[in-house]
Amino acid sequence: MSSALLQSGPAPRKITIGRIGLYAFLLSMVVFFALPLFVMVITSLKTPEEIRMARIFALPAGLNFSAWAEAWSGACAGTACNGVEAGFWNSVKITVPAVALSVTLGALNGYALSFWRPRGGKILFALLMAGALVPYQIFLYPMVRVLAGLSLYNTLPGIVLVHVLFGLPLVTLLFRNYFVTLPIELFKAARIDGAGFWRIFGEIMLPMSVPMIVVAAMLQFTGIWNDFLLGLVFAGPDNLPMTVQLNNIVNTTTGTRQYNVDMAATMLTALVPLAIYFLSGRWFVRGIAAGAVKG
Amino acid sequence: MSRGKWRLRAAQLALSPTWLTVVLVYLGTMAWTVTLSFTNSRLLPNWDFVGLAQYARLFGTAKWTLALQNLVVFGVLYVAGCLVLGFLLAAALDRRVRFESAFRTLFLYPYAMSFVVTGLIWQWLMNPTLGLQPTVQDWGWAGFRFDWVTSRTMALYAVVLAGIWQGAGLVMVLALAGMRGIDAEQWRAARIDGIPVWRVYLSIILPQLGPALAAAATLLSMGVIKTYDLVIALTKGGPGSATEVPAKFIMDNMFQRQNLGLATAAAVVLLLSVIAIVVPFRYAAYIMAKRRAGAL
Repeated sequence: MSSALLQSGPAPRKITIGRIGLYAFLLSMVVFFALPLFVMVITSLKTPEEIRMARIFALPAGLNFSAWAEAWSGACAGTACNGVEAGFWNSVKITVPAVALSVTLGALNGYALSFWRPRGGKILFALLMAGALVPYQIFLYPMVRVLAGLSLYNTLPGIVLVHVLFGLPLVTLLFRNYFVTLPIELFKAARIDGAGFWRIFGEIMLPMSVPMIVVAAMLQFTGIWNDFLLGLVFAGPDNLPMTVQLNNIVNTTTGTRQYNVDMAATMLTALVPLAIYFLSGRWFVRGIAAGAVKG
Repeated sequence: MSRGKWRLRAAQLALSPTWLTVVLVYLGTMAWTVTLSFTNSRLLPNWDFVGLAQYARLFGTAKWTLALQNLVVFGVLYVAGCLVLGFLLAAALDRRVRFESAFRTLFLYPYAMSFVVTGLIWQWLMNPTLGLQPTVQDWGWAGFRFDWVTSRTMALYAVVLAGIWQGAGLVMVLALAGMRGIDAEQWRAARIDGIPVWRVYLSIILPQLGPALAAAATLLSMGVIKTYDLVIALTKGGPGSATEVPAKFIMDNMFQRQNLGLATAAAVVLLLSVIAIVVPFRYAAYIMAKRRAGAL
């Protein structure tokens, strides 16, 4: 996909009204897209007095990171004043195993479905893709009951399991679409050499699919990190992910709201997916492009 | 047993967790939820079947019909807004502008952030006493209003605006990839014929982006139906019920108001609306693929 992002339009002419209009449009869009992030950052560095002056674009008097420190470890959600720190580590504890498990299963599924074509494989794939379209609300109540029956409701393994189960369609799709582009001769040659299912997977297919593993892991990581609904329902009070804690801090605070702390907490929550995005831009784009084109 | 068969067993074994997921988790819970929607379950499920009574009650509930209306208004404006803005951004970046990759990075970053973060950012910008509104009024434009989140009539559009900010970049990426795949010959031909650039984008490029834009539209529509976090973070469904959405209605009735039968009936209606959106899309894609195959 990314190789398709080469320039193909006609060569630009000299400065014309059209060119000026084009850049004017782009600059206004820069303002629209960048302004919220800019405002969020400067607000998080302001003191409450500066915020009360109601000048949203005014730069802060100095680099004052006290709101960030408070957002990290002292901001209150209701009566609990522990900041987003616990939520951050909860999100890490939820996301890392869920990504590792779902990517492994997705790679295995994609490999089994594309090269081995087992009986019922097409049906399985179709059902899996249909399952991806079903709104979560259909699953929620029975899942709560089942997980409660297994003593997994409101536990860390429980929320990880839920993410793996609902992440399967996307990762399977990514890997199946990737594996069908690999030459089948490679697979046939390995079989003639006597390699079995698992050996071909471990020694040939996994090493060849590193780019797709990276894309899938990144996509799953941002998706699970940004999840709100599943964390809210299944994680339980001790394992609430960062998004849920952030919303609790900002939207259930009683008394005076500390907007600088709220914005710092929001920034902290956005930091991990933003870091992934800015550090891996092209891969991220590849991932959403691959995920958007349903098979 | 032959070795070939044994190997196939390994493939089946590898797929067994996924089979279990599909059958038990997807189909099983779906059947469970559908069954519950025909009972009069309240806090706990019971097997007292009442037929379609919950559905009748659902559509007699003003909050639900409002939630559905909101979903339609939000969905149409959000998807259309993302498609139009995303296409315009892609077309602009396709014009060989300087710093293209910087622009692209900037237009897409909101898509990396969660709806909760998006909602909270815009809640702050639209804060009527401290946000954009008093700042612009202070500059001398006294009539400036940007208090959408606290206005009954405008709150839904606040959700639309925040949604477009978050999602337009996705459409841009997909549309731009499609534009870059278009043959340069067409541009040369259009230039010889003296067709203005905007006309080329509208009449020649846009139709060829059909599949890319349809994929984007499907993806965004799925997001519309799931819309929950954005509303929770931005308006909490208010003011009043101005931004009530079905996903929130279901969550409230399922976990707080102890209306399990009603909530599951609502969930089934939501599922039916997904089917109503996806099936025509898939059918159109199927017909187009067939036609193309026939034309060749």
